[in-house]
This record gives sequence, structure tokens and C-alpha cells, in this order.
Amino acid sequence: MYFKLRLGLAVYTLHKSFQSFLLQTLPFGLKSKLIMLKIKTPKSGKAKREIEKRAPKLVESGKKTLILQGTKTSNVLNAVLTEIYHLKKDSAVRYTRKNENIRPFESGGETSLEFFSLKTDCSIFVFGSHSKKRPDNLVIGRTYDHHIYDLVEVGVENFKSMESFTYDKKLSPKVGSKPFIAFIGEGFESVDELKHLKEVLLDLLRGEVVENLNLAGLDHAYICTAVSSNRVFFTHCAMRLKKSGTIVPRMELVEVGPSMDLVVRRHRLPNDSVRKEAMKTAKEQPKKKVKNVSQDVIQGKVGKIYVPDQQVGSVALPYKAKGLKRERREAKMKHETNDRAPKKQKENSE
Amino acid sequence: MGTQEHQIDLGHLLAFDPLHHFPSPPSSREELVKECLQKGTELVQSIADTLFNLPSTEDIDGPLVKLPPPTTRLPREKHLPKPKPPTKWELFAKAKGIKNRKKDKIVYDEQTGTWKRRHGYDRVNDDEDIPIIEAKMTDEAGEDPFAKRRAEKKKRVEKQGKNRLQNLKQAAKVGALPSHIQLAATALPITGTQTAPKKVSKNELEDVASMAATATASGGKFDKKLPGEKPEKHKGKYRKFLPVVEGTGIGSLEKQQTEKILNKLISKNSHEILNVDKAINMYNVKKEKKRKNRQGKDSSTSSKLKPKKQLQKKSLKKGTSKKGKSK
Repeated sequence: MYFKLRLGLAVYTLHKSFQSFLLQTLPFGLKSKLIMLKIKTPKSGKAKREIEKRAPKLVESGKKTLILQGTKTSNVLNAVLTEIYHLKKDSAVRYTRKNENIRPFESGGETSLEFFSLKTDCSIFVFGSHSKKRPDNLVIGRTYDHHIYDLVEVGVENFKSMESFTYDKKLSPKVGSKPFIAFIGEGFESVDELKHLKEVLLDLLRGEVVENLNLAGLDHAYICTAVSSNRVFFTHCAMRLKKSGTIVPRMELVEVGPSMDLVVRRHRLPNDSVRKEAMKTAKEQPKKKVKNVSQDVIQGKVGKIYVPDQQVGSVALPYKAKGLKRERREAKMKHETNDRAPKKQKENSE
Repeated sequence: MGTQEHQIDLGHLLAFDPLHHFPSPPSSREELVKECLQKGTELVQSIADTLFNLPSTEDIDGPLVKLPPPTTRLPREKHLPKPKPPTKWELFAKAKGIKNRKKDKIVYDEQTGTWKRRHGYDRVNDDEDIPIIEAKMTDEAGEDPFAKRRAEKKKRVEKQGKNRLQNLKQAAKVGALPSHIQLAATALPITGTQTAPKKVSKNELEDVASMAATATASGGKFDKKLPGEKPEKHKGKYRKFLPVVEGTGIGSLEKQQTEKILNKLISKNSHEILNVDKAINMYNVKKEKKRKNRQGKDSSTSSKLKPKKQLQKKSLKKGTSKKGKSK
């Protein structure tokens, strides 16, 4: 080794011998062949809660939407994207920068979308772009495990924004209320693309999946009509509930929101295997333990009620005590100076 | 256009009319819109019919209705969470039938006569709070029992950490790692081997650097040294030649050289000359061996209390290379 070094041929051999030198002479702490692993846990409760929010759950609800755009957008498209964002204000993320490397239908152009989906925890995205070949293009896609699941490409025509509708402002729907969704037309059942679009629109438009619904809070509806085999008329209406004779009120729809014509251009259905996996439902959830209730053979169902400590004497009264009122006090003081009339004594009945 | 033809999914508040057929083409935009709204109203009305007829409970804000689960199936956004594989302890407990017993947070402490918490600040049965540890027969003198307890606890904690890591690795293999835990590699191995390299010390690096420097054409003599870099220790001179001319007769250097060689040769055969260091080393080694043997046989008094063996000088024997033992 020494002679090799001397001759200067030895850069390569030195490298090897350097390595072997290290390996032989330096003692290794571990003789095992494993990589050292370290357990990383979040250091604050807030971080832990955020991570648990993003963890896969048994029962899911409410997909978050990511709204973004490509290199070129038109006025119409900008308006469409902002209106969709307003419709889904609480559960949507809007990116306003241009993303030139996103091409959803090409094999390499999805990585950015998947990365954004991972970072924002969004599983539906609405990607808008404008080109000569495909003007006012919207690609609505879904992800499964942050990988592209399916895509529908739709062109927007005859767009009317929310501002162009005039209506009684009292009727305007609140953000986050659960909408009614109506699909009209046989096209939704017969045409493959429209069927796919129906599913995607349902996923996009429905809000959270709730168990208990407050009937007073129903105020808007989405109507999608299949006008022809590739055109869907989409509109958003506020609902007015009018008194009718029965419990069920009479519905009246007033157009408020954006209305547009969606022309289906391309679509990509999901892989069969991925579809099967994504459609899997969770088995019956284990029943939650009911606390403070026990069953007894003799007494039947017995419950425990814990009554909190009641401080009867120390709670502040909602009204002022009679003796403390200022007028009374002042009047008393004034009377002290003058001699008070003797108190009328109660006369005992003779 | 009765309600039977509408497919209603109450869970989603969805209505679908599959039988509507538009007269093609629709006359004008307004007509189209009007017709759509009309149809929409019908559908919404049919949903509301079923919805309002559900049993409702009164709430502060309005009537609450319990919606049925939705019938249209939509794909999930994330995979189903996989159940955690049982840990090593759980398997063992299941096999042995050990049940988990619920423990109280506050425990009665006999020593102080108060109720103390089980874990945390000022806890019951704290390992470090013991003021006096009685010596046992098995204890050796000079060993700190408190330090020993601390070391044992540290070992236990480390072992527990290792077990936890193993359990997590098992879970990660199945894909059921708990969501808030990530396993990260702390060090990457050298390519080609799978072991993690230990950190090289400064001295070793200096040695290797000076070795590497000799790979240049001039043997590293004229390399520019960085500020703070020490000159190489091993200059490359492996033979020492005495100066040609030095004084009269045998010079001092040559004398030293020959003396050294002669001492080495003679000392091997000399019996009076004693190499103290070597003697002590040999004695200590033998003592260690004997102690180990004795500890195996009987564990009574320590070897220090035993009378020391008489050490003999084997000076009169010829030709042996044994050194005399000294105390």
C-alpha cells in the first residue's frame, strides 16, 4: 500500500484503501447491519392534533378542495374559479399562482398536483386553464391516498356570475349549509362521461356528511341538467320555504349563484384495482361505551347522575339587595337627621 | 312525473330524475333555464317531502332530523386505517392470560403516611429517594450502590426504548404505524456496506490526511498546509543513519546505539536485572486470573484479605527466562 501511494498511481487505490482503512481500524459501535432509526413524534399538542386530523379515518366526510390554475387563464375562468371557491369557502384552498408544469392528463404532469394534495390535505382539485384548443377549461379530479384517482375535463360556456343575479338579499344562502343536489336528464344514466361527471359533481358539491340536520338551515340547491349528451347546465339557487297546509313547506327556487354550461371534453376513469380499494367501506364501528349506565338484574337499567357542588350562599344575586339600593340608603340617612315617626305597632287583637 | 321516478338519496340530499327527456333542441336560453328550474323545484320538493316527514326533535335553532346514511357510494380519499399489530408484550400477556389491572393515580405512601401520586413529581416509591441502602453479602467494597441503581434504571429505560422501536418497526412493516409517529433514519451507511460508520476522531483524521498527502508526486513535502494543520508525524524516514564524522573514536551517538542493542540482548539472559514494569504487569495478570477462578469456586472473603503468597526468586536457575517476582 505504501509503495502504491508513493508512486502516485494511487488515487483510486487510496480511496479503496481509505475505506478499508476506516473499516478496519476504526471500531464500530454496532456490529448489526441495520440503519439506525429514530422515533420522531410531534413535540407540541397542536402539531399532534394537526397530524391526527390528516390521518386516515374509518369513516370519512367532507373532502377539501384545491382550486388552482395553469399558465394561462381567461377572465371567465378566473371568475369561475373564484366563485367555486366562494361556494366552498370553508373547505377549499385557493392557489392563485400560475403552475406551468401541471398537465393532469399527461403522465408526468401530475406530480405537482399530488404534492399539493399532500401538503394541503385536499382530495378534490379544480384546475383551470385556457388555451386556444381548449378555451375555459376546468379539470375536476379526485385523489386517493394523494395519487390521482380520476379526472373529468369540462369546458365552461355561458357563464353568469353571482353578481349578475338580482334577488332579495335576505334569501342569500349561508356558507357551509348543506345543499340540495338535483340531477335531471336521462343523459346522466346513459352516457358514460355524464355518469362520471355526475359522481364527481356530487363529490364536489356535497358538504360534510352529517347525521343530524337542522331543517331551518336548508337554504340552497344545485341543479344540474343534462341538456344533451355532452352538455350539462349547472346552476345554483337559493330556496325559499313557503307555508303550505301540511308540515312540508312549499319550495321555491330563486337563482342566485353562478350558472354555466359544462361541456364534457375528456375524462379518465380510475383503475379497477384502485377503484375497488377506494370503494371499500369500513366494517361496523364498535359501539361506543355508554358511561354512567349499568344494568342490574333486580333494578333494571340504573344510571348515575353527578350533581356539581352548589354554593348556595356565595352566588351573586341577579338583583340588588333591598337594603343596598342607593335611594333607600339616602332616604334613610335623611330621615335619621329628622326624627322618624314612630313605627306603627301592630295592635294585638283584644 | 311522480315521486316514484325520482331516485332520492336522503343522506346526500340528492335527487335524480332519470326519465326526463329534453325536447331537442331547447328553444331558447330563458326557456331552458325556466324549465330546468321548474324541474329542479319538483325534485327538491320531493326530497323535502321525505325529509320533513322524518321524526324530528326540537332544538334551540330549529327542528333536528336524523338523516339516514347515504346510499350513493363515493370513493374514499384515504386508505382504510389498518389495525395495529399486537406488541410483543400484548402477545405474551394474551398467551399467559395476564389482564390489565386499572391502577389508581393516587397511592397511599406508608413511609410518610400521605397520599402521593403514582407517577411524576414527588411520587411513591421513587428509586432515587431511598436514603440508605443496606449492604448485602454479595456486594463488593468500593461499589456505589446508588450509582448502580441509576445505571440499572438507565439500562431498563434503554431496553424499553429498544422494545418500543421494535414494536413500531413491526407496525411499520404492516403499514399500521400510528399517525403521529414517524421513523427516521439517523445516519446513512457508506455505500457498499450496510453498517453505519462511526465518527472518525481528529487524530485519526490527521494520520489519514498525512498519509493521503504522500500520494502526490513530491510525497507531500511541498503541500500547502492549512492554518492550524500540524506537520506530519511520520516523516517517512524509517532508518536512522548516524553521522559520518563525529568526534574521535566512537562518537556519543554510536555509543548510545550500541548500548541500547547490548542492553536488549543481555537483559534477556540476565537474572539480576529486573524489569520492574514487566514484573508488575505479569503479577497483576496472574492475580486477576486467580481472582476470577476463586470467585467461581467460593464467594467468601475478598482476595485482599487473604495472605499474600510468598514470592520466590528463581535467580539460581540457569538458562531460564523467568523474571524474579517482586512485591
